[in-house]
Amino acid sequence: MEAIKIQDIGKADLKWNIEYIAERCTMCGSCISTCTIGAIQAGVMRVDKIYSEDIKPNPLHSHKTIPVIKQVKNIANACIGCGMCEKVCPNNAIKPVRNYDNRQTLLSRDDGPIKRGGRTNLNAQRTLDHIIVGRISQMTDPALDSQRHTFDIRAPFGRVLPAKSLPFTLKDGKLTMAHKAPPVRWIYPLIFSDMSIGALSTRAWEAVAMATAYLNEKCGLPVRMSSGEGGMPSKLLESEQLKYMILQIASGHFGWNRIIKALPKMKVDPAGVLIKIGQGAKPGDGGLLQAAKVAEHVQAIRGVPKATLSSPPNHQGLYSIEESVQKMHLSLNAAFGFRVPVAIKCAASATSVSVYNNLLRDPYQICGGFFIDGIQGGTGAANEISLDHTGHPIVSKIRDCYLAAVRQGLQGQIPLYGGGGIGMTGNAAADAFKMICLGANGVFIGRLLTQLLGCVGNEHGRCNACNTGKCPTGICTQDPRLVKRLDVDRGAQKIVDYVLTFDKELRKLMAPIGNSSLPVGRSDALVSTDKAIAEQLGIQYVC
Amino acid sequence: MCRIGSIKSKVAFSPSKALYLMLPQQEGHDNSGFAMVMQDLYGIFTPYKDKPLLSLACTQRGAQMVEDFMDSHNFEQVSEWIPVPNDQPGLDIKAMPYYIFRNYDYPEYYRDKPMSEKEELLLDIRLKLRQILENADEGYVYSFWPDVLTLKEIGDPRDIATYFRLWDDNGCLMAKSIVVQCRQNTNYDIVRYAAHPFFLQGYTLCANGENTFYTKNKEFQKSLHRGYVGFESDSQNFLYTLHYVLHELKWPIKYYKDVITPLPFAEIEQREDKDVLKAIRQSLAHLEINGPNTIIANLPDGRMLTCCDSKKLRPVVVGRTDTTVAISSEVCGLNEIMPDRDMTKDIYPNEREVVVIDNDLEVQRWKQ
Ligand code: SF4
Ligand code: SF4
Repeated sequence: MEAIKIQDIGKADLKWNIEYIAERCTMCGSCISTCTIGAIQAGVMRVDKIYSEDIKPNPLHSHKTIPVIKQVKNIANACIGCGMCEKVCPNNAIKPVRNYDNRQTLLSRDDGPIKRGGRTNLNAQRTLDHIIVGRISQMTDPALDSQRHTFDIRAPFGRVLPAKSLPFTLKDGKLTMAHKAPPVRWIYPLIFSDMSIGALSTRAWEAVAMATAYLNEKCGLPVRMSSGEGGMPSKLLESEQLKYMILQIASGHFGWNRIIKALPKMKVDPAGVLIKIGQGAKPGDGGLLQAAKVAEHVQAIRGVPKATLSSPPNHQGLYSIEESVQKMHLSLNAAFGFRVPVAIKCAASATSVSVYNNLLRDPYQICGGFFIDGIQGGTGAANEISLDHTGHPIVSKIRDCYLAAVRQGLQGQIPLYGGGGIGMTGNAAADAFKMICLGANGVFIGRLLTQLLGCVGNEHGRCNACNTGKCPTGICTQDPRLVKRLDVDRGAQKIVDYVLTFDKELRKLMAPIGNSSLPVGRSDALVSTDKAIAEQLGIQYVC
Repeated sequence: MCRIGSIKSKVAFSPSKALYLMLPQQEGHDNSGFAMVMQDLYGIFTPYKDKPLLSLACTQRGAQMVEDFMDSHNFEQVSEWIPVPNDQPGLDIKAMPYYIFRNYDYPEYYRDKPMSEKEELLLDIRLKLRQILENADEGYVYSFWPDVLTLKEIGDPRDIATYFRLWDDNGCLMAKSIVVQCRQNTNYDIVRYAAHPFFLQGYTLCANGENTFYTKNKEFQKSLHRGYVGFESDSQNFLYTLHYVLHELKWPIKYYKDVITPLPFAEIEQREDKDVLKAIRQSLAHLEINGPNTIIANLPDGRMLTCCDSKKLRPVVVGRTDTTVAISSEVCGLNEIMPDRDMTKDIYPNEREVVVIDNDLEVQRWKQ
């Protein structure tokens, strides 16, 4: 008998165990070649049996060595539960099973902090699920018909001036614009959030961009997509479709060289510029694109050599809100001739309201939107410690910011967009509707898009290997072999279908409360079954 | 659903006419109240057209408080009408002890000031009085303005009229313009201040409908103007927005509709003045009114208007003769007071339509 080395990693230590039924296995090898993690390998098993062929015991011995699939027992190759092996197995011979009694969290820090992508695996409680649309039009105000009435589902993107500051002159009983006002675009209240080329595979990024263009051009829904940090292909910068794109500038300023150079060749203005200060998945932490994912095209777009690319956690050289407003907004606005709205994206935090207040008082009236990203957001690579333990839920932050503006009579002047966990349960329309009633002008979604493309990751620790370059679905990797797994057209179609349904569902929620335009701030339409939530958000408590 | 109506005439008429306009529409009603604002007054008020008239309902103590306050603010009383009620048994009315309609002269140092300053003073005085009476729970003050009388009461409109002797056309109470409402109360508590029409600085407004954007309207209006107070009814928002657009922003009347029921973006894009319409829609998104509603309003210059919501979920009809124009929730009201009119000329405003009646009773209509 072998001595037990208790420090050795065993199958029972890992989060996912491979359940394998040797009798069903045809030894086709598909699972092994599919597993991007190297969590399974071919091996042999000695099968010794004593059996009897007579009615009375007449023991015979058989000694066989059979080929089998074995789980690799080390942390580096620990199964991520993606289920790709199960998908390809022709005989249902193999599948990952969650192992609740694992010790992986304890054992996995030998090489420094754990890095991964995806959402937080903790803090999965959702405020939105305790809120119900409770104010239904019945007889005093007839509900609308979601199929027959026209609905005006649009949200502002850009700095909205108070009525008294509008540059109006009165001539012959008519108002006319004496000069230009800051640009405001009326867009669909669902924005495709910033996920960069580099973080996503080109195919995944392309699928989202295709869905965006299709929704705009064929479905009449002005959905906007943010490029994410790191720039975008020159072809797109010089195309008509740029008008659907929000260019992002983050702390690394990656890709901006290219964008600035493309300026003279741009046929149309982009939909906007989004300055990313922080994101919900890793608030206060910089972006991280690991060398494994810096493929040739990424090097070209970002203008960098192959290396791990980390954006600093802050914009170097900008240490206050005033500075951001002055330098970045003024220069970015100027770069696009003050024709393009410039918005800011921050991770939700205890200080979100102070930031919003400051932006509202910005003397240049130049901030075109405030995007707040909550703790349940996330796609890109981050330290697990950040993903799981830092950040702020989004719902009350949106509400607090809205109410702070209400107290000053400034609501609506800097459009509020909230994200981070929108559509986490698969029902983005309900989430968006509730956020809007609480004061958001719209919402942004990222993770949901990758899930529509086929990502299997979730907030219960499934997959979330987005940082490794080994994404089993080809969504978050640059490995050409893996990228091919993603069908761009089908992926784009999935997104389009989802958004069209989102639109229908939003109407289904607007109609019963009798509203044909977005119910921004209509908190009276909501009730909560949780007293504390009702109190915090200032909505009715019901039980 | 409340019923609303208004009459504008070249000849002064008594409030009974407004009651005749309203009563046929009362079928199925809970009779929770009656209220009216009379403008361009005649009868006993003829000599005091330029003197602000205070309309209030209060207790004895409230009356004393008002008197003390007005004295200490140097307002000089020039006339008073205290209706002697016909308090016969069996009337369905929850009357207050006193109804005071009193003309004042401005404090001496105010008499030569421009009207704009006087307007601010009158508003401040009314707000202050309201606060005093409200804090002490001793009464309600509805309007304080030259040539404007407001009466609001809870009960059966017929009985309210009997109580105030409004059926006796004795020439005492006369006006050329009345806006009126018979209530169907949808609030659980019957609050006197919640009765339409509402009045603010020369603007009178009555609405029939539901403002589903009440919360966001209210949250926004609260910070726009000191006079936007109360919010006892979701329809007060209509008045405050009317006042804001015309009095504060000084935009032409046609833009009121662009604020409360803005055109859909797709339609705005087709318009030549799209820059202006878009700017209005985005800056005043919180003043939009969504939900079924019809509005009747009177402007400080005497014009009367009506407009409908964007989906035409609440009815209204305008009828006219040579001397009179009347607006009513239902046509049966018009049939009662002007049976000989040419009914083919009745106007049923469409969705997003505005109808304005000027002082020569010319009727203008425009689609937004
Ligand atoms: S579940 Fe995924 S990671 Fe685990 S063995 Fe199967 S393919 Fe590999
Ligand atoms: S499937 Fe790809 S994108 Fe989804 S969690 Fe796994 S690695 Fe990340």
